[in-house]
Amino acid sequence: MLTTSQTEVCATFMQLARVIGTVVATVKNESLHGRKLMIVQTLDRHLNESGKPMVAIDSVGAGVGELVFWCRGKEASFPFKREDTPTDCTIIGIVDSEDHVLNT
Amino acid sequence: MVGTRTEVCVTFMILARVVGNIVATQKNIRYENARVMLCQQITPEGEDTSYSCLALDSVDSGVGDTVLIVQEGWSASTAATGKAGAAIDSAIVGVVDRIDLLTEDLDLSFAKVTTS
Repeated sequence: MLTTSQTEVCATFMQLARVIGTVVATVKNESLHGRKLMIVQTLDRHLNESGKPMVAIDSVGAGVGELVFWCRGKEASFPFKREDTPTDCTIIGIVDSEDHVLNT
Repeated sequence: MVGTRTEVCVTFMILARVVGNIVATQKNIRYENARVMLCQQITPEGEDTSYSCLALDSVDSGVGDTVLIVQEGWSASTAATGKAGAAIDSAIVGVVDRIDLLTEDLDLSFAKVTTS
């Protein structure tokens, strides 16, 4: 049984998500230049939507519609470490397909 | 109060059951040779909560195992890759053999402090 607070939780750690869109921002921090901003919808283990969508920076070349996983917090900036990118949510892997989520 | 325990717990070390794994070819370079496991958080009584997450495996856990997950970047990165500084914020750091819980009918009279 889900309560309101549970369905709205999104500030968690390393979860599956679907890329559902992109964000275009012309004016942004210098160290974000050239970075792709994506909107990701977090999924639970049955690949149902859970929580609110968030904006994530892409580090692996993900496209809209793809199944990905992300990481949050300070660690989210590590894929871009040399450039000190200000981010707290980064896409760090693309799941090969829905069939590659081996969920028993 | 099992009812309250099924609520989402967004803390640092959690108990979970491994329910699957994720195959990803295109991923961050620090994830190479690592297994990404799909985990379902459980209560100490063994019931599922509504929270599931991914975690890197550092202890050869398998599907069905009850595990201990650490959700903090430095620890997770060190446990899973042997080095800090990777984009990892969740790792499996132990396989749980058993959980001993206090039961309500437990006789605690031996612990009573007697004053003379």
